[in-house]
Amino acid sequence: MKKSDIQHLATLSRLSLTDEEIEMYSKDIPKILAFVDQLKSVKTDKEGRIENSSDRNVFREDEEPHESGLHTDAILKQAPKTRDGYVEVKKTLNN
Amino acid sequence: MINLSELTIKKTHEHFKNGDFTVQELVNEYKKVIEEKDKKGQKINAYREVFDDLDQQAKIAQEKFNDGSASLMTGIPIAVKDNILIKGRKSGASSKILENYTATYDATVVEKLKKEGVVFLGRLNMDEFAMGGSTENSAYGVTKNPHDTSRVSGGSSGGSAAAVAMNGALITLGSDTGGSIREPASFCGIVGLKPTYGSVSRSGLIAMASSLDVIGSLAKTTGDAEIVFNVIKGKDPLDSTTVDLNSGADSETDKVKTIGIPRDFLKGDAGIDERVLKNFEESLEKLEKEGSYEIKDIELPNIDKSLAVYYVLMPAEVSSNMARFDGVKYGSKVDGEDLLGDYLNTRGQLLGQEVKRRIILGTYVLSAGYSDEYYNKAWQVRNLLRSDFEKAFKDVDIIALPTVPMPAFKIGEKSDPLQMYLADIFTVTANLTGNPAISIPSGFMTEEGKELPIGLQFIAPHLKEQQLFEVGKKFETIR
Repeated sequence: MKKSDIQHLATLSRLSLTDEEIEMYSKDIPKILAFVDQLKSVKTDKEGRIENSSDRNVFREDEEPHESGLHTDAILKQAPKTRDGYVEVKKTLNN
Repeated sequence: MINLSELTIKKTHEHFKNGDFTVQELVNEYKKVIEEKDKKGQKINAYREVFDDLDQQAKIAQEKFNDGSASLMTGIPIAVKDNILIKGRKSGASSKILENYTATYDATVVEKLKKEGVVFLGRLNMDEFAMGGSTENSAYGVTKNPHDTSRVSGGSSGGSAAAVAMNGALITLGSDTGGSIREPASFCGIVGLKPTYGSVSRSGLIAMASSLDVIGSLAKTTGDAEIVFNVIKGKDPLDSTTVDLNSGADSETDKVKTIGIPRDFLKGDAGIDERVLKNFEESLEKLEKEGSYEIKDIELPNIDKSLAVYYVLMPAEVSSNMARFDGVKYGSKVDGEDLLGDYLNTRGQLLGQEVKRRIILGTYVLSAGYSDEYYNKAWQVRNLLRSDFEKAFKDVDIIALPTVPMPAFKIGEKSDPLQMYLADIFTVTANLTGNPAISIPSGFMTEEGKELPIGLQFIAPHLKEQQLFEVGKKFETIR
Protein backbone atom coordinates (compact mmCIF):
# COMPACT_ATOMS: atom_id res chain seq x y z
CA MET A 1 0.00 0.00 0.00
CA LYS A 2 1.48 3.31 -1.14
CA LYS A 3 1.41 6.56 0.80
CA SER A 4 -0.91 7.96 -1.88
CA ASP A 5 -3.38 5.15 -1.11
CA ILE A 6 -3.43 6.13 2.55
CA GLN A 7 -3.88 9.78 1.58
CA HIS A 8 -6.80 8.80 -0.67
CA LEU A 9 -8.48 6.78 2.09
CA ALA A 10 -7.92 9.63 4.54
CA THR A 11 -9.59 12.09 2.18
CA LEU A 12 -12.54 9.72 1.72
CA SER A 13 -12.81 9.47 5.52
CA ARG A 14 -12.45 13.25 5.97
CA LEU A 15 -9.23 13.06 7.97
CA SER A 16 -6.29 15.43 7.57
CA LEU A 17 -3.12 13.47 8.34
CA THR A 18 0.42 14.61 9.05
CA ASP A 19 3.29 13.20 6.96
CA GLU A 20 4.36 11.12 9.97
CA GLU A 21 0.89 9.63 10.28
CA ILE A 22 0.75 8.75 6.57
CA GLU A 23 4.15 7.11 6.89
CA MET A 24 3.02 5.13 9.96
CA TYR A 25 -0.30 3.96 8.50
CA SER A 26 1.28 2.99 5.18
CA LYS A 27 3.42 0.56 7.18
CA ASP A 28 1.00 -0.89 9.74
CA ILE A 29 -2.24 -1.11 7.74
CA PRO A 30 -0.72 -3.57 5.22
CA LYS A 31 0.42 -5.67 8.21
CA ILE A 32 -3.13 -5.80 9.57
CA LEU A 33 -4.50 -6.65 6.12
CA ALA A 34 -1.93 -9.43 5.76
CA PHE A 35 -3.17 -10.81 9.09
CA VAL A 36 -6.85 -10.78 8.11
CA ASP A 37 -5.98 -12.40 4.76
CA GLN A 38 -6.17 -15.77 6.57
CA LEU A 39 -9.95 -15.49 6.10
CA LYS A 40 -9.45 -16.34 2.43
CA SER A 41 -8.47 -19.88 3.42
CA VAL A 42 -11.84 -20.54 5.10
CA LYS A 43 -14.24 -22.44 2.89
CA THR A 44 -17.60 -20.72 3.07
CA ASP A 45 -20.53 -22.42 1.41
CA LYS A 46 -24.28 -22.22 1.87
CA GLU A 47 -24.04 -22.44 5.64
CA GLY A 48 -21.94 -19.33 5.88
CA ARG A 49 -24.02 -17.19 3.58
CA ILE A 50 -25.32 -13.92 4.88
CA GLU A 51 -28.92 -14.71 3.88
CA ASN A 52 -28.84 -17.71 6.24
CA SER A 53 -28.12 -15.48 9.23
CA SER A 54 -30.78 -15.12 11.90
CA ASP A 55 -30.32 -11.33 11.82
CA ARG A 56 -33.30 -9.40 10.58
CA ASN A 57 -34.45 -5.83 10.37
CA VAL A 58 -36.68 -4.60 13.16
CA PHE A 59 -39.12 -1.86 12.20
CA ARG A 60 -41.61 0.16 14.15
CA GLU A 61 -44.41 2.51 13.20
CA ASP A 62 -43.33 6.12 12.78
CA GLU A 63 -45.72 7.50 15.38
CA GLU A 64 -46.10 9.29 18.70
CA PRO A 65 -43.59 12.08 18.09
CA HIS A 66 -42.61 14.12 21.12
CA GLU A 67 -43.81 17.71 21.38
CA SER A 68 -42.05 19.80 18.73
CA GLY A 69 -39.13 21.83 20.05
CA LEU A 70 -38.92 19.95 23.34
CA HIS A 71 -35.22 19.14 22.98
CA THR A 72 -34.17 21.85 20.51
CA ASP A 73 -32.45 24.17 22.98
CA ALA A 74 -30.51 21.41 24.74
CA ILE A 75 -29.32 19.95 21.46
CA LEU A 76 -28.40 23.29 19.84
CA LYS A 77 -26.40 24.17 22.94
CA GLN A 78 -24.02 21.30 22.06
CA ALA A 79 -23.30 22.52 18.52
CA PRO A 80 -20.03 24.44 18.05
CA LYS A 81 -21.79 27.15 16.00
CA THR A 82 -25.45 28.14 15.80
CA ARG A 83 -27.50 31.06 14.50
CA ASP A 84 -31.22 31.83 14.96
CA GLY A 85 -32.06 28.31 16.15
CA TYR A 86 -30.06 26.59 13.39
CA VAL A 87 -26.72 24.80 13.32
CA GLU A 88 -24.37 26.95 11.28
CA VAL A 89 -21.92 25.59 8.70
CA LYS A 90 -19.79 27.17 5.99
CA LYS A 91 -21.46 27.37 2.57
CA THR A 92 -21.05 24.30 0.42
CA LEU A 93 -21.45 25.90 -3.02
CA ASN A 94 -19.23 28.65 -4.38
CA ASN A 95 -20.82 31.66 -6.08
CA MET B 1 -13.80 3.31 59.33
CA ILE B 2 -15.56 1.14 56.73
CA ASN B 3 -13.66 -1.81 55.23
CA LEU B 4 -14.38 -1.12 51.55
CA SER B 5 -12.65 -4.24 50.23
CA GLU B 6 -15.09 -6.46 52.18
CA LEU B 7 -18.24 -4.76 50.90
CA THR B 8 -20.68 -6.26 48.43
CA ILE B 9 -24.01 -4.81 47.30
CA LYS B 10 -25.97 -7.04 49.68
CA LYS B 11 -23.71 -6.37 52.66
CA THR B 12 -23.81 -2.63 51.99
CA HIS B 13 -27.59 -2.73 51.80
CA GLU B 14 -27.73 -4.52 55.18
CA HIS B 15 -25.37 -1.95 56.71
CA PHE B 16 -27.56 0.88 55.42
CA LYS B 17 -30.69 -0.81 56.78
CA ASN B 18 -29.11 -1.49 60.17
CA GLY B 19 -27.81 2.06 60.35
CA ASP B 20 -24.18 0.84 60.72
CA PHE B 21 -23.26 3.69 58.42
CA THR B 22 -25.15 6.17 56.26
CA VAL B 23 -24.98 6.60 52.49
CA GLN B 24 -23.10 9.85 53.08
CA GLU B 25 -20.52 8.14 55.30
CA LEU B 26 -19.90 5.48 52.66
CA VAL B 27 -19.66 8.05 49.89
CA ASN B 28 -17.13 9.97 52.01
CA GLU B 29 -14.97 6.82 52.24
CA TYR B 30 -14.95 6.42 48.45
CA LYS B 31 -14.19 10.11 48.01
CA LYS B 32 -11.23 9.68 50.33
CA VAL B 33 -9.84 6.69 48.41
CA ILE B 34 -10.23 8.49 45.08
CA GLU B 35 -8.60 11.59 46.58
CA GLU B 36 -5.66 9.54 47.88
CA LYS B 37 -5.05 7.15 45.00
CA ASP B 38 -6.38 8.50 41.73
CA LYS B 39 -4.54 11.75 41.01
CA LYS B 40 -2.10 11.56 43.96
CA GLY B 41 -0.32 8.58 45.56
CA GLN B 42 -0.32 5.74 43.03
CA LYS B 43 -1.82 8.13 40.44
CA ILE B 44 -4.08 5.43 39.02
CA ASN B 45 -6.05 7.91 36.84
CA ALA B 46 -9.23 5.82 36.74
CA TYR B 47 -11.56 8.81 36.92
CA ARG B 48 -12.07 11.44 34.25
CA GLU B 49 -14.32 13.34 36.63
CA VAL B 50 -15.66 12.92 40.13
CA PHE B 51 -19.11 14.53 40.25
CA ASP B 52 -19.57 17.57 42.49
CA ASP B 53 -23.06 16.75 43.76
CA LEU B 54 -22.27 13.51 45.65
CA ASP B 55 -23.56 14.87 48.97
CA GLN B 56 -26.87 15.78 47.40
CA GLN B 57 -27.18 12.35 45.72
CA ALA B 58 -26.34 10.66 49.04
CA LYS B 59 -29.01 12.69 50.80
CA ILE B 60 -31.70 11.67 48.31
CA ALA B 61 -30.69 8.00 48.65
CA GLN B 62 -30.67 8.20 52.45
CA GLU B 63 -34.21 9.58 52.44
CA LYS B 64 -35.33 6.42 50.64
CA PHE B 65 -34.01 4.39 53.57
CA ASN B 66 -35.68 6.70 56.03
CA ASP B 67 -39.08 6.47 54.31
CA GLY B 68 -38.81 2.74 53.58
CA SER B 69 -38.76 2.97 49.77
CA ALA B 70 -35.13 1.83 49.39
CA SER B 71 -34.26 -1.09 47.10
CA LEU B 72 -31.16 -3.31 47.05
CA MET B 73 -29.26 -0.82 44.86
CA THR B 74 -30.30 2.36 46.68
CA GLY B 75 -27.29 4.37 47.78
CA ILE B 76 -24.80 2.02 46.08
CA PRO B 77 -21.81 4.05 44.84
CA ILE B 78 -21.28 3.36 41.14
CA ALA B 79 -19.18 4.97 38.43
CA VAL B 80 -19.64 4.70 34.66
CA LYS B 81 -17.36 4.55 31.65
CA ASP B 82 -16.98 7.86 29.85
CA ASN B 83 -19.04 6.63 26.88
CA ILE B 84 -22.30 6.14 28.82
CA LEU B 85 -24.51 9.22 28.89
CA ILE B 86 -25.91 10.80 32.05
CA LYS B 87 -28.19 13.73 31.27
CA GLY B 88 -26.72 17.12 32.08
CA ARG B 89 -23.26 15.71 32.76
CA LYS B 90 -20.19 15.70 30.56
CA SER B 91 -19.44 12.58 28.56
CA GLY B 92 -16.48 12.44 26.23
CA ALA B 93 -15.46 8.86 25.37
CA SER B 94 -11.98 10.05 26.43
CA SER B 95 -11.66 11.91 23.12
CA LYS B 96 -10.65 15.51 22.41
CA ILE B 97 -13.37 15.68 19.77
CA LEU B 98 -16.04 15.40 22.50
CA GLU B 99 -14.33 17.62 25.04
CA ASN B 100 -17.00 19.62 26.88
CA TYR B 101 -19.87 17.63 25.36
CA THR B 102 -22.77 17.49 27.80
CA ALA B 103 -25.25 14.64 27.44
CA THR B 104 -28.78 15.72 26.54
CA TYR B 105 -30.40 12.48 27.69
CA ASP B 106 -29.86 9.49 29.96
CA ALA B 107 -28.65 6.16 28.63
CA THR B 108 -31.36 3.56 29.29
CA VAL B 109 -29.06 1.77 31.74
CA VAL B 110 -28.55 5.04 33.63
CA GLU B 111 -32.29 5.70 33.73
CA LYS B 112 -32.80 2.24 35.26
CA LEU B 113 -30.08 2.80 37.86
CA LYS B 114 -31.47 6.24 38.72
CA LYS B 115 -34.82 4.62 39.51
CA GLU B 116 -33.03 2.44 42.08
CA GLY B 117 -31.48 5.52 43.67
CA VAL B 118 -27.79 4.69 43.16
CA VAL B 119 -25.11 7.33 43.77
CA PHE B 120 -23.14 8.15 40.60
CA LEU B 121 -19.60 8.89 41.78
CA GLY B 122 -18.19 9.96 38.43
CA ARG B 123 -17.10 8.97 34.94
CA LEU B 124 -14.19 6.71 34.11
CA ASN B 125 -11.22 6.78 31.78
CA MET B 126 -11.13 4.53 28.70
CA ASP B 127 -9.39 4.07 25.39
CA GLU B 128 -10.65 6.79 23.05
CA PHE B 129 -14.08 5.72 21.75
CA ALA B 130 -13.42 2.28 23.36
CA MET B 131 -10.75 1.47 20.77
CA GLY B 132 -7.88 -0.29 22.50
CA GLY B 133 -6.95 -2.81 25.15
CA SER B 134 -4.90 -0.75 27.59
CA THR B 135 -6.38 2.79 27.99
CA GLU B 136 -3.14 4.03 26.43
CA ASN B 137 -5.32 5.43 23.64
CA SER B 138 -7.17 7.77 26.02
CA ALA B 139 -6.58 11.44 25.17
CA TYR B 140 -6.29 11.98 28.94
CA GLY B 141 -3.50 9.62 29.92
CA VAL B 142 -3.26 5.92 30.71
CA THR B 143 -5.09 4.31 33.66
CA LYS B 144 -2.50 2.42 35.70
CA ASN B 145 -2.99 -1.03 37.14
CA PRO B 146 -3.49 -0.88 40.93
CA HIS B 147 -1.57 -4.20 41.25
CA ASP B 148 1.52 -2.75 39.53
CA THR B 149 1.49 0.88 38.45
CA SER B 150 4.13 0.28 35.76
CA ARG B 151 1.50 -1.80 33.96
CA VAL B 152 -1.72 -1.02 32.12
CA SER B 153 -5.15 -1.56 33.64
CA GLY B 154 -6.33 -3.09 30.37
CA GLY B 155 -8.97 -1.66 28.16
CA SER B 156 -10.94 -0.25 26.82
CA SER B 157 -12.85 -0.14 30.15
CA GLY B 158 -9.57 0.28 32.07
CA GLY B 159 -10.93 3.05 34.31
CA SER B 160 -13.95 0.90 35.16
CA ALA B 161 -11.73 -2.04 36.20
CA ALA B 162 -9.10 -0.01 38.07
CA ALA B 163 -11.77 1.96 39.98
CA VAL B 164 -13.22 -1.26 41.43
CA ALA B 165 -9.78 -2.82 42.03
CA MET B 166 -8.52 0.22 43.98
CA ASN B 167 -11.79 0.41 45.99
CA GLY B 168 -12.67 3.67 44.29
CA ALA B 169 -16.21 2.45 43.51
CA LEU B 170 -18.24 -0.55 44.65
CA ILE B 171 -19.31 -1.36 41.10
CA THR B 172 -18.86 0.19 37.65
CA LEU B 173 -20.31 -0.02 34.18
CA GLY B 174 -18.24 -0.63 31.08
CA SER B 175 -18.83 -1.56 27.46
CA ASP B 176 -17.49 -4.62 25.64
CA THR B 177 -17.00 -4.75 21.86
CA GLY B 178 -14.16 -7.29 21.63
CA GLY B 179 -13.24 -7.88 25.26
CA SER B 180 -13.28 -4.36 26.67
CA ILE B 181 -14.91 -5.41 29.96
CA ARG B 182 -13.38 -8.87 30.39
CA GLU B 183 -9.75 -8.02 29.53
CA PRO B 184 -9.37 -5.15 32.04
CA ALA B 185 -11.29 -7.19 34.63
CA SER B 186 -8.75 -9.99 34.15
CA PHE B 187 -5.80 -7.58 34.37
CA CYS B 188 -7.12 -5.91 37.53
CA GLY B 189 -8.28 -9.07 39.35
CA ILE B 190 -12.03 -8.41 39.37
CA VAL B 191 -15.20 -9.82 37.77
CA GLY B 192 -16.32 -8.49 34.38
CA LEU B 193 -19.56 -9.47 32.64
CA LYS B 194 -20.27 -9.11 28.92
CA PRO B 195 -23.99 -9.88 28.63
CA THR B 196 -25.73 -11.42 25.60
CA TYR B 197 -25.83 -9.01 22.66
CA GLY B 198 -29.24 -7.35 22.82
CA SER B 199 -29.96 -8.17 26.47
CA VAL B 200 -28.92 -4.68 27.63
CA SER B 201 -29.97 -1.54 25.76
CA ARG B 202 -27.28 0.39 23.89
CA SER B 203 -29.36 3.58 23.89
CA GLY B 204 -27.09 6.29 25.27
CA LEU B 205 -23.88 4.32 24.74
CA ILE B 206 -21.53 6.19 22.39
CA ALA B 207 -21.33 3.65 19.56
CA MET B 208 -18.16 1.92 18.44
CA ALA B 209 -19.19 -1.17 16.42
CA SER B 210 -22.94 -1.53 16.68
CA SER B 211 -23.27 -5.25 15.92
CA LEU B 212 -20.78 -6.06 18.70
CA ASP B 213 -21.22 -3.42 21.45
CA VAL B 214 -22.86 -4.28 24.76
CA ILE B 215 -22.91 -2.62 28.18
CA GLY B 216 -21.99 -4.74 31.21
CA SER B 217 -20.95 -4.62 34.84
CA LEU B 218 -17.61 -4.83 36.64
CA ALA B 219 -17.53 -5.82 40.31
CA LYS B 220 -15.55 -7.65 42.98
CA THR B 221 -17.90 -10.63 43.00
CA THR B 222 -20.04 -12.56 40.52
CA GLY B 223 -23.03 -11.90 42.78
CA ASP B 224 -22.61 -8.14 42.44
CA ALA B 225 -22.18 -8.33 38.66
CA GLU B 226 -25.41 -10.35 38.57
CA ILE B 227 -27.39 -7.83 40.64
CA VAL B 228 -26.34 -4.96 38.35
CA PHE B 229 -27.12 -7.00 35.23
CA ASN B 230 -30.61 -7.74 36.52
CA VAL B 231 -31.22 -4.00 36.96
CA ILE B 232 -29.88 -2.82 33.59
CA LYS B 233 -31.14 -5.63 31.31
CA GLY B 234 -34.38 -5.65 29.33
CA LYS B 235 -36.07 -4.90 26.03
CA ASP B 236 -36.01 -1.21 25.18
CA PRO B 237 -38.01 0.58 22.48
CA LEU B 238 -35.01 2.89 22.03
CA ASP B 239 -32.77 0.01 20.90
CA SER B 240 -34.37 -2.21 18.28
CA THR B 241 -31.71 -4.90 18.73
CA THR B 242 -32.77 -5.59 22.31
CA VAL B 243 -34.52 -8.91 22.77
CA ASP B 244 -37.25 -10.31 24.94
CA LEU B 245 -35.42 -11.92 27.83
CA ASN B 246 -38.18 -14.37 28.71
CA SER B 247 -36.95 -16.67 25.97
CA GLY B 248 -33.92 -17.38 28.15
CA ALA B 249 -35.91 -18.09 31.30
CA ASP B 250 -34.14 -20.25 33.84
CA SER B 251 -35.18 -23.73 34.77
CA GLU B 252 -33.72 -26.78 36.41
CA THR B 253 -32.64 -28.09 33.00
CA ASP B 254 -30.33 -25.08 32.73
CA LYS B 255 -28.15 -26.30 35.58
CA VAL B 256 -24.56 -26.51 34.41
CA LYS B 257 -23.15 -30.03 34.31
CA THR B 258 -20.56 -30.01 31.54
CA ILE B 259 -17.85 -27.49 30.66
CA GLY B 260 -16.35 -27.59 27.15
CA ILE B 261 -12.74 -26.77 26.33
CA PRO B 262 -11.65 -26.00 22.75
CA ARG B 263 -8.29 -27.80 23.18
CA ASP B 264 -7.05 -27.41 19.62
CA PHE B 265 -7.36 -23.65 19.88
CA LEU B 266 -5.35 -23.53 23.12
CA LYS B 267 -2.64 -25.77 21.68
CA GLY B 268 -2.49 -23.72 18.52
CA ASP B 269 -1.05 -20.34 17.74
CA ALA B 270 -2.78 -18.30 20.44
CA GLY B 271 0.51 -17.05 21.93
CA ILE B 272 -0.49 -17.98 25.46
CA ASP B 273 1.86 -17.41 28.43
CA GLU B 274 2.62 -20.83 29.92
CA ARG B 275 1.83 -19.62 33.44
CA VAL B 276 -1.58 -18.45 32.26
CA LEU B 277 -2.12 -21.88 30.69
CA LYS B 278 -1.01 -23.63 33.89
CA ASN B 279 -3.42 -21.51 35.93
CA PHE B 280 -6.19 -22.39 33.46
CA GLU B 281 -5.50 -26.12 33.78
CA GLU B 282 -5.46 -25.87 37.58
CA SER B 283 -8.79 -24.04 37.50
CA LEU B 284 -10.30 -26.79 35.34
CA GLU B 285 -9.03 -29.40 37.76
CA LYS B 286 -10.70 -27.63 40.68
CA LEU B 287 -13.93 -27.31 38.71
CA GLU B 288 -13.83 -31.02 37.97
CA LYS B 289 -12.82 -32.29 41.41
CA GLU B 290 -14.40 -29.81 43.79
CA GLY B 291 -17.12 -28.42 41.56
CA SER B 292 -18.17 -31.83 40.20
CA TYR B 293 -18.43 -30.53 36.65
CA GLU B 294 -17.64 -32.77 33.73
CA ILE B 295 -14.83 -31.29 31.61
CA LYS B 296 -15.14 -32.19 27.94
CA ASP B 297 -13.03 -31.42 24.89
CA ILE B 298 -14.97 -29.69 22.14
CA GLU B 299 -14.28 -28.57 18.61
CA LEU B 300 -14.82 -25.04 17.40
CA PRO B 301 -13.36 -25.41 13.90
CA ASN B 302 -13.27 -21.72 13.00
CA ILE B 303 -12.48 -20.10 16.35
CA ASP B 304 -8.87 -19.46 15.33
CA LYS B 305 -10.24 -17.13 12.62
CA SER B 306 -12.22 -14.99 15.10
CA LEU B 307 -9.61 -12.29 15.47
CA ALA B 308 -9.32 -11.86 11.69
CA VAL B 309 -13.11 -11.62 11.37
CA TYR B 310 -13.18 -9.07 14.17
CA TYR B 311 -10.48 -6.86 12.65
CA VAL B 312 -12.48 -6.60 9.43
CA LEU B 313 -16.02 -6.13 10.76
CA MET B 314 -15.16 -3.91 13.73
CA PRO B 315 -13.22 -1.23 11.74
CA ALA B 316 -15.92 -1.33 9.04
CA GLU B 317 -18.56 -0.46 11.63
CA VAL B 318 -16.23 2.02 13.33
CA SER B 319 -15.66 3.91 10.10
CA SER B 320 -19.38 4.47 9.63
CA ASN B 321 -20.17 5.19 13.30
CA MET B 322 -17.38 7.76 13.55
CA ALA B 323 -18.76 9.74 10.60
CA ARG B 324 -21.07 11.61 12.97
CA PHE B 325 -18.15 13.43 14.58
CA ASP B 326 -17.78 16.29 12.14
CA GLY B 327 -17.46 19.45 14.25
CA VAL B 328 -20.97 20.52 13.25
CA LYS B 329 -23.47 18.93 15.60
CA TYR B 330 -21.60 18.56 18.88
CA GLY B 331 -18.20 18.50 20.50
CA SER B 332 -15.19 20.55 19.53
CA LYS B 333 -14.28 22.01 16.17
CA VAL B 334 -11.10 23.08 14.36
CA ASP B 335 -11.79 25.67 11.66
CA GLY B 336 -10.70 25.16 8.07
CA GLU B 337 -10.91 27.25 4.92
CA ASP B 338 -14.25 25.83 3.87
CA LEU B 339 -16.71 23.18 5.06
CA LEU B 340 -14.50 20.34 3.81
CA GLY B 341 -11.58 21.96 5.62
CA ASP B 342 -13.66 22.06 8.82
CA TYR B 343 -14.25 18.31 8.53
CA LEU B 344 -10.66 17.44 7.68
CA ASN B 345 -9.14 19.57 10.43
CA THR B 346 -11.66 18.72 13.15
CA ARG B 347 -11.41 14.98 12.59
CA GLY B 348 -7.73 14.93 11.67
CA GLN B 349 -6.59 16.94 14.67
CA LEU B 350 -9.05 15.91 17.38
CA LEU B 351 -9.22 12.14 16.81
CA GLY B 352 -6.38 9.98 18.12
CA GLN B 353 -4.09 7.74 16.09
CA GLU B 354 -5.82 4.44 16.84
CA VAL B 355 -9.26 5.83 16.01
CA LYS B 356 -7.95 7.18 12.71
CA ARG B 357 -6.19 3.88 11.97
CA ARG B 358 -9.47 2.00 12.35
CA ILE B 359 -11.44 4.53 10.30
CA ILE B 360 -8.93 4.19 7.44
CA LEU B 361 -8.89 0.40 7.72
CA GLY B 362 -12.70 0.29 7.78
CA THR B 363 -12.97 2.62 4.80
CA TYR B 364 -10.61 0.33 2.92
CA VAL B 365 -12.42 -2.95 3.65
CA LEU B 366 -15.75 -1.38 2.70
CA SER B 367 -14.57 0.27 -0.51
CA ALA B 368 -15.78 -0.90 -3.91
CA GLY B 369 -13.75 -3.82 -5.19
CA TYR B 370 -12.63 -4.92 -1.72
CA SER B 371 -15.87 -5.34 0.21
CA ASP B 372 -16.49 -8.85 -1.15
CA GLU B 373 -12.99 -9.95 -0.36
CA TYR B 374 -12.99 -8.58 3.18
CA TYR B 375 -16.32 -7.45 4.60
CA ASN B 376 -18.64 -10.04 3.05
CA LYS B 377 -16.14 -12.84 3.59
CA ALA B 378 -15.77 -11.87 7.25
CA TRP B 379 -19.54 -11.96 7.68
CA GLN B 380 -19.66 -15.45 6.18
CA VAL B 381 -17.03 -16.68 8.62
CA ARG B 382 -18.88 -14.94 11.45
CA ASN B 383 -21.95 -17.00 10.56
CA LEU B 384 -19.85 -20.17 10.57
CA LEU B 385 -18.62 -19.25 14.05
CA ARG B 386 -22.18 -18.83 15.22
CA SER B 387 -23.16 -22.28 13.99
CA ASP B 388 -19.96 -23.78 15.48
CA PHE B 389 -21.04 -22.44 18.87
CA GLU B 390 -24.63 -23.62 18.46
CA LYS B 391 -23.34 -27.12 17.72
CA ALA B 392 -20.91 -27.04 20.68
CA PHE B 393 -23.67 -26.01 23.07
CA LYS B 394 -25.60 -29.15 22.15
CA ASP B 395 -22.75 -31.10 23.75
CA VAL B 396 -21.79 -28.91 26.69
CA ASP B 397 -23.57 -26.37 28.91
CA ILE B 398 -20.81 -23.80 29.04
CA ILE B 399 -17.38 -23.16 27.47
CA ALA B 400 -14.24 -22.14 29.36
CA LEU B 401 -11.19 -20.29 28.04
CA PRO B 402 -8.53 -18.08 29.57
CA THR B 403 -9.69 -14.44 29.36
CA VAL B 404 -6.40 -13.05 28.02
CA PRO B 405 -3.27 -14.97 26.90
CA MET B 406 -1.09 -12.87 29.23
CA PRO B 407 -1.21 -10.84 32.44
CA ALA B 408 -1.27 -7.01 32.37
CA PHE B 409 1.56 -5.77 30.18
CA LYS B 410 3.87 -2.81 30.74
CA ILE B 411 2.77 0.67 29.79
CA GLY B 412 4.29 1.32 26.34
CA GLU B 413 5.19 -2.34 25.80
CA LYS B 414 2.87 -2.98 22.86
CA SER B 415 3.64 -0.22 20.41
CA ASP B 416 2.80 -2.34 17.37
CA PRO B 417 -0.99 -2.28 16.77
CA LEU B 418 -1.14 -5.90 15.62
CA GLN B 419 0.62 -7.08 18.81
CA MET B 420 -1.95 -5.15 20.82
CA TYR B 421 -4.80 -6.73 18.84
CA LEU B 422 -3.54 -10.26 19.63
CA ALA B 423 -4.44 -9.74 23.31
CA ASP B 424 -8.11 -9.96 22.21
CA ILE B 425 -7.76 -13.48 20.81
CA PHE B 426 -9.88 -15.22 23.49
CA THR B 427 -12.48 -12.49 23.95
CA VAL B 428 -13.61 -11.35 20.48
CA THR B 429 -15.46 -14.57 19.63
CA ALA B 430 -18.23 -14.01 22.18
CA ASN B 431 -18.88 -10.59 20.63
CA LEU B 432 -19.02 -12.05 17.11
CA THR B 433 -21.47 -14.76 18.19
CA GLY B 434 -23.35 -12.56 20.69
CA ASN B 435 -22.95 -15.08 23.52
CA PRO B 436 -22.70 -13.90 27.14
CA ALA B 437 -19.28 -14.26 28.77
CA ILE B 438 -17.73 -13.48 32.12
CA SER B 439 -14.18 -13.13 33.42
CA ILE B 440 -13.54 -14.26 36.99
CA PRO B 441 -10.26 -13.92 38.93
CA SER B 442 -8.51 -17.30 38.98
CA GLY B 443 -5.24 -16.53 40.73
CA PHE B 444 -1.99 -14.64 40.39
CA MET B 445 1.38 -15.03 38.74
CA THR B 446 4.59 -13.42 39.91
CA GLU B 447 6.32 -11.06 37.51
CA GLU B 448 9.23 -8.84 38.56
CA GLY B 449 8.28 -9.30 42.20
CA LYS B 450 4.69 -8.23 41.70
CA GLU B 451 1.59 -10.42 41.95
CA LEU B 452 -0.37 -10.02 38.73
CA PRO B 453 -3.98 -11.25 38.49
CA ILE B 454 -5.12 -13.84 35.93
CA GLY B 455 -8.72 -14.30 34.74
CA LEU B 456 -10.81 -17.31 33.77
CA GLN B 457 -13.51 -16.86 31.15
CA PHE B 458 -16.83 -18.69 30.83
CA ILE B 459 -19.05 -18.41 27.74
CA ALA B 460 -22.72 -19.51 27.85
CA PRO B 461 -25.51 -19.95 25.27
CA HIS B 462 -27.49 -16.83 24.36
CA LEU B 463 -29.47 -15.35 27.27
CA LYS B 464 -28.13 -17.94 29.73
CA GLU B 465 -26.31 -15.42 31.92
CA GLN B 466 -27.72 -17.39 34.85
CA GLN B 467 -25.35 -20.25 33.98
CA LEU B 468 -22.38 -17.89 34.09
CA PHE B 469 -23.43 -16.67 37.53
CA GLU B 470 -23.99 -20.22 38.79
CA VAL B 471 -20.56 -21.47 37.71
CA GLY B 472 -18.89 -18.17 38.65
CA LYS B 473 -20.19 -18.29 42.20
CA LYS B 474 -19.20 -21.93 42.53
CA PHE B 475 -15.71 -21.19 41.22
CA GLU B 476 -15.32 -18.34 43.73
CA THR B 477 -15.73 -20.85 46.56
CA ILE B 478 -13.18 -23.38 45.25
CA ARG B 479 -10.47 -21.32 43.52
